[in-house]
Amino acid sequence: MKITVDEAKCCGAGQCVLIAPEVFDQRDDDGIVVLLQPEPDEAQHAAVREAAAVCPAAAIDLSEHP
Amino acid sequence: MTSPGSILIVGASAAGLSTAEALRRHGYQGRLTFLDAEPHLPYDRPPLSKQLLSGAWEPPRVQLRGQAQLDALHAEFVLGEPAVALDPAERAVTTVSGRVLRGDVVVIATGLTPLRLPGQDHLEGVHVLRALDDALALRHALSAGTRLVVVGEGVLGAEIAATARTLNLEVTLAGMGGTLLNDQLGQVIGAMLAEKHAERGVRLRLGVAIEELTGAAGRVTGVRPASGEFLPADMVVVAIGSRPATGWLEGSGLPLGDGVECDSRCRAAEGVYAVGDVASFQHEGLGRRLRLENRTNATEQAQVVAANILGADRPYTPIPYFWTDQYDVKIQAHGLPSAAAKVTIADGDVAQGRFTALYQEGGQVTAVLGWNMPKQARLLRQQVLGAWQDTPRLATA
Repeated sequence: MKITVDEAKCCGAGQCVLIAPEVFDQRDDDGIVVLLQPEPDEAQHAAVREAAAVCPAAAIDLSEHP
Repeated sequence: MTSPGSILIVGASAAGLSTAEALRRHGYQGRLTFLDAEPHLPYDRPPLSKQLLSGAWEPPRVQLRGQAQLDALHAEFVLGEPAVALDPAERAVTTVSGRVLRGDVVVIATGLTPLRLPGQDHLEGVHVLRALDDALALRHALSAGTRLVVVGEGVLGAEIAATARTLNLEVTLAGMGGTLLNDQLGQVIGAMLAEKHAERGVRLRLGVAIEELTGAAGRVTGVRPASGEFLPADMVVVAIGSRPATGWLEGSGLPLGDGVECDSRCRAAEGVYAVGDVASFQHEGLGRRLRLENRTNATEQAQVVAANILGADRPYTPIPYFWTDQYDVKIQAHGLPSAAAKVTIADGDVAQGRFTALYQEGGQVTAVLGWNMPKQARLLRQQVLGAWQDTPRLATA
């Protein structure tokens, strides 16, 4: 799984960090998403999929290659 | 429970779409049908009062998903076709043209209908803002006129006023509340927001009831508050709140109060669920009914509804969360802020326009607010609202 985030779309809601704190963080000054692990471990995949799904700005894109 | 063979989702906006996506993500392979009154593919509403209204974004940018993502859902979209009735026992929905759609499960995601002032429908130049077409009509009006009166001091009214000021219109904001967002955020924060709007040149007329819209030759000319003052306008936006869009469910036998009344599983009847702004659900953590009108609820509740449709039996116990952007201020509120709470500054500096605040009622922290401090507000939420029973995450369930 490879994650890309669109900082221009991100609204700083922080939903992704609540769901997958090992993969996402937020910038201190404006709350915009910081990607900690662009290619997370398998154990994180379900949480990352949910984070992408609940992102209110649809700013998280996943490409999944088995 | 076995997986249903077909699911009909009435309302193709954020909540409905997220429900469908969560169903597919969890392996649902049956039929999926969307029915929506609007002619548009799923789009996002928060930008309508901000980026879309200002002209910074064009309509394609508010689409929630691209064509490839929608194709991957393998769903049928029946658009521009309002639902007019539901038979919960048959799980059959009748549309305005008389067509009948059925699903083994029906998901109600019809959202909200904006409230209107008496007489506004007979006057040109009076707007509401709920749908994409509303926003485009208002945007066009703002480009042609100079004087805007916004009626309503809640989140939507304040956002529209802020956007219109950045477009350099003459803006008056009038409303019943004593300050901006008083009902949502209380007096302390509301007064700070009001000050921000006043600094930016918005004329505020707060704590006044709006008696009437005035017009000439079928066109609005202004607004007259109970104070007797006349507020002239080239166009008026009425943003005095909304009600759940449940008119089509009258007579269905579903329990309707403030929205579709669901249990803690977001189920209104056997095989019938509600999600998003329209759903009133029993919050087991709070021990009372809650209905949330915010964007984050739409997607979060959708995860639980999808899981429950597939047999999970999971209560929905969110920590409510909304944000609003006005000028250079980003406010994020976690929990249940209210006008009754005592507000204290937790961190940062009000004078510098960056702080977090705690809301307390009866010795309990009920909400956390960030003013240009989104990350700190989230961290504070985890500290002080952690005791709330949060929704178990699908990922760990």
